[in-house]
Amino acid sequence: MPAGASGSPLLAAQSLSLVRGGRELFRELSFEVTAGQLWQIEGANGAGKTSLIRILCGLSRYGFEGRVERVAQQLYLGHQSAVKALLSPRENIALHVSGGGSYCDAQIEGALARVGLYGYEDVPSHTLSAGQHRRVNLARLYLSSAPMWLLDEPFTAIDKDGVDELQNALATHVNAGGAVVLTSHQPLQVRCDVQFLRLDGNLPA
Amino acid sequence: MSAPGAAQFCSRLLRRQLLLAIRRPIEIGNPLLFFAMVIALFPLGLGPAPAKLAGFAPGMLWIIALLSNLLTSDGVFRSDYDDGSLEQLLLAPQPLYLSVLAYIGAHWLSTGLLLALLSPVFALMVNLPPAALSTLVTSLLLGTAVLSLLGGIGAALTVGLKRGGMLISLLILPLYMPVLIFGTAAVQAAVNGIPTGPYLAILGAMLSLAIALAPLAIAAGLRISIDA
Repeated sequence: MPAGASGSPLLAAQSLSLVRGGRELFRELSFEVTAGQLWQIEGANGAGKTSLIRILCGLSRYGFEGRVERVAQQLYLGHQSAVKALLSPRENIALHVSGGGSYCDAQIEGALARVGLYGYEDVPSHTLSAGQHRRVNLARLYLSSAPMWLLDEPFTAIDKDGVDELQNALATHVNAGGAVVLTSHQPLQVRCDVQFLRLDGNLPA
Repeated sequence: MSAPGAAQFCSRLLRRQLLLAIRRPIEIGNPLLFFAMVIALFPLGLGPAPAKLAGFAPGMLWIIALLSNLLTSDGVFRSDYDDGSLEQLLLAPQPLYLSVLAYIGAHWLSTGLLLALLSPVFALMVNLPPAALSTLVTSLLLGTAVLSLLGGIGAALTVGLKRGGMLISLLILPLYMPVLIFGTAAVQAAVNGIPTGPYLAILGAMLSLAIALAPLAIAAGLRISIDA
């Protein structure tokens, strides 16, 4: 788990502006995510939440104005679960394309158990449900050493127990000196403070 | 928990891609089946006279190899784009140049390599003189690797499009031409008993150039496709 001193910046956005399809989604958006913070990006559908998080993680490199300073190593989980149906959950994590570490079997089994996939380690992923695919993806949270998590709608297709478990993991990560930026429509119930960023055309001070 | 080195990461990607290919054997079989079917049609269309077939054999074999490569190159990054793996690959703290090489390497191992190794069987069907077989295999080994690299450029640029198939052909067919010309010429030379070294050397030079430059173009193409 990361051990950043609380208060040190992990990610800084400097006057980000984005126009999509003739609509200004956000303008002069500046904020700093420091260790020990959890940010929730809110906004209606089409408000630019995913666009913003893609800019923050570096997938969008053109078409916007402003600068993003990435101080810490990042872990980005997008809309799609990046799980290969032909590989088992174990292979999916061991052979993941995100360039994470090489994990031993026990580590992978531990992470899969934590997302409720104990006993599913070696079945082909195409026999798993959509929610279980998401869970395979979420298992990477428990393996990664990246302090900065960027999560796009992490609760999609996850059942109630899974949501609770994930919220616990988020709080644990934040309290251990990590930071999280996530997009979600549902209110969070976590054991830490949540900073809100509303994308509704009117920007926060 | 330490991040893997670039070489270790590449071998991981290579294993992943090969495992995926093996789990989908139809994708490996398709280009070979295509090759077998088309080569079987030629004697029907051109007439079964062995001498006549032998004259066309080098060109036919190479053209079909090129087309079967074209059929498969569309899919190199497609499934990874569809399920979000490609985003993760681009964000990986690893040199994309080498990652791309691993993808293309896996593609070549599961298409071009098998095709080159099986080509003597197909060559027999069109009566290619046995003396030219080794040159055919060598030229295909070198040439299909170039084709895979070039095809990767088209695949990277069109991966974001729902129907990129035709566009990819238009984009990369002109780049395929030199490979076809020198590949065919090498086999033709072997048939005629002329030294084949120069032709194979040019194919080797093309391969070196493609290994050096194509991954840069593929990486840039992938970044554009993901950004769009």
